[in-house]
Amino acid sequence: MTDTTEARPDPLPSAAPPLSEPSSWHELHLTVNGRPIRAQVESRLLLSDFLRARLSLTGTHVGCEHGVCGACTVLVDGEPVRSCLTLAVACEGASLRTVESLADEEGQLTDVQRAFHEQHAMQCGFCTAGFVMSCTAMVEAPERPAEDEVADQLSGHLCRCTGYRNIRAAVEQVLDDRYGKAGEEK
Amino acid sequence: MTTQQAAPASAGTEQEAWIGRRLPRVEDDRLLRGNGRYADDLGLPGTLELAFLRSPHAHARITSLGTEAAARLPGVHAIWTGEDTAALPPLLNRAELAVPAGLQEALDPLVRALPMPLLAGEKVTFVGQPVALVAADSRYLAEDALELIDVEYEPLDVVVDPEAALRPDSPRVEESWDDNVALALDTTVGDPQAAFAEAACVVEEEFRAHRYVASPIEPRGITAAPGGYDGRLTVWSSHQTPHRVRDTVAGTLGLDPEQVRVIATDVGGGFGQKGVLYVEDLLVPFAAHRSGRPVSWREDRNENLTGTAHAREQTHRISLAADAEGRLLGLRDEILVNFGATTITGLVVPYNSLCHLLGPYRVPHVHIDVKAVLTNTTYTAPYRGAGRPEAVFAMERAMDRLAAKLGIEPAELRARNLIPPEAMPYRTGLVDRAGNPQEYDSGDFPELLRRAVDRIDVPAVRERQRAGEREGHRVGVGFAVYLEATGLGPFESARVQLRRNGRVGLYLGTPSQGQGHRTSMAQIAADALGVPPSVVDVVGGDTDAVPFGVGTIASRALVTAGNATHRAGRLLREKILNSASARLGTPADELTVVDGVVLPLKSADEGAGSEAPEGLPLAALVNSPMTVPDGLGADLSETAHFRPPGFTFAAGAHAVVVDVDTRTGEVEIERYVVVHDAGRIVNPMIAEAQVTGGVAQGIGGALYEEMAYGPDGQPVTTTYMDYLLPTSSEIPDLELDETHTHSTLNDLGVKGLGEGGAIAPQAVISNAVEDALRPYGAVVRRGPLTPHRVRALIRESAGERGEAERPAVPTA
Amino acid sequence: MKPAPFDYVAPGTLPEALRFLADEEREVKVLAGGQSLVPMLNMRLARPELLVDITRIPELRTLDVEGDGALRIGAGVRQAAVAVDPAVSAGWPLLTEAIGHIGHPQIRNRGTVCGSLVHHDPAAELPTAALALDARFDLSGPAGTRTVDADDFFLSTFLTALEADEIVTSVRFAAQPHRTGWSFEELARRRGDFAAIGVAVLLTRAEAGGVDRARVVFCAAGSRPLRLPEAEDALLAAEGPERLDDAFAAAGAAARARLDPPSDVHADAEWRREAAEILLVRACNRAWERTR
Repeated sequence: MTDTTEARPDPLPSAAPPLSEPSSWHELHLTVNGRPIRAQVESRLLLSDFLRARLSLTGTHVGCEHGVCGACTVLVDGEPVRSCLTLAVACEGASLRTVESLADEEGQLTDVQRAFHEQHAMQCGFCTAGFVMSCTAMVEAPERPAEDEVADQLSGHLCRCTGYRNIRAAVEQVLDDRYGKAGEEK
Repeated sequence: MTTQQAAPASAGTEQEAWIGRRLPRVEDDRLLRGNGRYADDLGLPGTLELAFLRSPHAHARITSLGTEAAARLPGVHAIWTGEDTAALPPLLNRAELAVPAGLQEALDPLVRALPMPLLAGEKVTFVGQPVALVAADSRYLAEDALELIDVEYEPLDVVVDPEAALRPDSPRVEESWDDNVALALDTTVGDPQAAFAEAACVVEEEFRAHRYVASPIEPRGITAAPGGYDGRLTVWSSHQTPHRVRDTVAGTLGLDPEQVRVIATDVGGGFGQKGVLYVEDLLVPFAAHRSGRPVSWREDRNENLTGTAHAREQTHRISLAADAEGRLLGLRDEILVNFGATTITGLVVPYNSLCHLLGPYRVPHVHIDVKAVLTNTTYTAPYRGAGRPEAVFAMERAMDRLAAKLGIEPAELRARNLIPPEAMPYRTGLVDRAGNPQEYDSGDFPELLRRAVDRIDVPAVRERQRAGEREGHRVGVGFAVYLEATGLGPFESARVQLRRNGRVGLYLGTPSQGQGHRTSMAQIAADALGVPPSVVDVVGGDTDAVPFGVGTIASRALVTAGNATHRAGRLLREKILNSASARLGTPADELTVVDGVVLPLKSADEGAGSEAPEGLPLAALVNSPMTVPDGLGADLSETAHFRPPGFTFAAGAHAVVVDVDTRTGEVEIERYVVVHDAGRIVNPMIAEAQVTGGVAQGIGGALYEEMAYGPDGQPVTTTYMDYLLPTSSEIPDLELDETHTHSTLNDLGVKGLGEGGAIAPQAVISNAVEDALRPYGAVVRRGPLTPHRVRALIRESAGERGEAERPAVPTA
Repeated sequence: MKPAPFDYVAPGTLPEALRFLADEEREVKVLAGGQSLVPMLNMRLARPELLVDITRIPELRTLDVEGDGALRIGAGVRQAAVAVDPAVSAGWPLLTEAIGHIGHPQIRNRGTVCGSLVHHDPAAELPTAALALDARFDLSGPAGTRTVDADDFFLSTFLTALEADEIVTSVRFAAQPHRTGWSFEELARRRGDFAAIGVAVLLTRAEAGGVDRARVVFCAAGSRPLRLPEAEDALLAAEGPERLDDAFAAAGAAARARLDPPSDVHADAEWRREAAEILLVRACNRAWERTR
């Protein structure tokens, strides 16, 4: 990504964005991964498509477009949200984070990302960003989330490869590291 | 865990083997950063986005089709209909539809091939069939245009149920045929009639494997771009068999295959669904070719659930004959396969079912009859297991019915019938999928079962059953043992190349859809070459990287591409040693490669700690073409083919304990034990995860997933709200164990394991549920075992309660 | 799976929003969290021409306990915020429990309480809880405001008493009587799914020990949340704690006898009736334990 404050232009450089409803374009201002963005968007543009097609942030994946699979989960003002069930235009003024923002300036992965690697909690990698974003938000809580809360978060995501066992192990690893083992003080 | 064969076929015997280590995956880092490049992530400038108009009818004649209004919509660039594609050859999956000579000779099967028009012509035969294709500036606009296409349909009579499709008065899916039978064959071993006549005990049942689907989280995606600097057509596809895509695209468009490049880069899961050629695989490149622009199609979930291959739907009328001790004398099965609207993969699934029915058991007399019919439903094709889960469901259910009738513990009945390891290699009397006499190469099935039985602790479950659970609950235990013919041919190739920077490029025809080939194949190459795996860069699934390939399907990549890698690596090692020999003035047979350095054998034996021996780093070899002796050539690369001599058989035993809430019908898996054997394991971490993932899909099929149709041919589970993939909350932690009977059919001793986990779950869970419901006399004949279906089983059997109350526990 | 075109406005005040809704030329729909609406937009099952995003209207974003002790939840308030609100879990724990059954955290972070009520999926938890709690809906329209009781609000599947030019500005829940126990029980195919069958129960313990007041409302049993007076009567007939089990069983039997639920791919009617009985008895026991 460049550090301009503008969104990248549409992939069709010659023309203005294709119109279907001339009245329905809006100027949108938001922050994505710490970078202020100003962009023209059509009302119906889904946040998932805005991120992927307009900002080239293709680390956010789209698996069902009706809010079940969780692959498209991003953080909106710190909370995990389905980007396929969110209109880009409704994010005016919001601060968004996607998987591309996680590694630090030196390129070091976060503990959540490292745990997914170390526990082999991913195979094809398509659902991974969604899981990682939900877990990232979850481990920002001041106290260790209850077991049931963890299960609740995880069941908001579908994975077809892993059978979930290693995903649960990865989350457990991060929770133990951050908060101490369940029932113990760190 | 025991290894049952001593000498591993490792090449790098001088040093510690990389094969067998739990190396973390090299593919993870970029995927975790969001840097994966899936087929929909390319963002080529000027790309047109595609959308398909699909049939809303299960069976209808198209009486008119108007595209004028849609074409006038701003942002729409092109619309193609059946008229535009009528001149192109229709789709035929030639590789799958071919009948091997041996099979033709032995069984003379009826195999009809029904070519599929790229876009529907005069009529549609299933809901979801592509009727028109729109290219527009965005998918949004393309979908707007779909709504403006004016199609008139004249609905025709519909057939959905495969039994109904067999009736003489059934509507015919293909009007030029005189019935709906697309495939028919039967096979006999021994004298089943006599065996059944003499048997002390016969059971006969009908079991129905229900329709469910692969459902990778990434739906299919294809981007195609014409031209470029070399004038070729490049296709990025989420496909499991890029070389086949290349050849078929070229054939369809009338291009030389060398004019087409197919790249299957990051693929978000496949499970077989992306291993079959579909009309969309040809239509997307067609759109690029015709429009002269890059085009991109990303299937949405609704399209994936309705328009892309379904799987599994089969009915088995199965009978077993046994003597009084439960030893199997004969098996009869009539298999009916629902092909859906076309014959997309011909014999593959039905024949897989046939030749996996007997599984690990010795059955002397056999008659199997297989039919497949067309119906007005989405076509069915291989999905993880591809006919095996269906066969194992029928056989293992039948074994439990037999055990119940004889009053024998189900595990004991199985033990009495397993083929012992001393009998290997074992011939079943059947003909295998390649047309050869079916032969199990190796395996210790009794050991698999023994471990599963020990771990699950049958007496403890029986004691709980005697004592009774908390009110309204019953526990049950179930077993299933299965085999899997893995390592499908005909070949796979691998190219290894030593690069100037000292790294090794490994190029394969087998792309990865999450199986971790960049790690495991590098481990194989590392051992063959004498380099650390960290210097091996694996490229799978780019048709420019290797000229030929089959693909990653049928639990074959490790067996075929793995052994090709091993061979290519050994060949390159020879080349390296010869080259180094000239440089060092030492005979090649006195040199070796350790950690990427060519060393004299003597100093390598002395090991570390001694003075730095005179070594030649591999990079130095490539960097000095000027010094390469005449005739050897400067390029240090080798290509090798591996043609497996036969199928190598992986095997497994699953055991579960379930708790059934008899009042609500809810089934909870208390314990799930897997003991599997896939020969030598290259990366145990990856192998265990493959098994675990397969089991999870099987649990989905057993308890949650069903692709259901209404009688009008309308699919009713077309979203993720109705088609229920299990989440983390539904999948328990598995207890895994393994044995390693090495394959005798390849140098590495490996067997395939991608599908294995998915084969047994439906059988084993059904067996356990039936065991739990034993007091009711309920018989599980179909899945998925949803709460309402379990309750119906109990209700329907409750009439038998009282006088028909059976002993809760087998007596033997 | 992309929405058909529509226009979008995000007014900052209620009168402005109402002016947009009064548009007679176009089909207008209110957008709040979008967790029910956007899937329907993506599948083109809903085709509004104008969406009015009401989440920017400050007065709709408040949750408060009013002078009369009633809880008022504005139309812009997210489910996740209600689920963790201590005032709600102290005074209206049934609501907290019901929200816990909705989808997943990722959905509740965005979805609003009022949005789910107005969407009125009969298998959804919130309409059922609202009927059990005698919720009252505050509606604003061009003619002014009106209040509708929950029982009059839910008409049938996806249909409510809300007129096309009206907005639900808030939903109110009266303070619950002392010694009221609660339970929201459901059976869903998977964790987070809509209920295959579910029930909300409120029981108020009489001074003498019996049941003073009972509410039994089922979800996924028909085309709207179904209150079951026969079951409530059976519970009220309990004369003292020693007869409770019989009363709970009678209520369960009434549910099984009276309900006429639909059959679909997830469950058939017979199963729903059986499960309704089991769930109701379970819910009564839990609610009774909580009356202390």
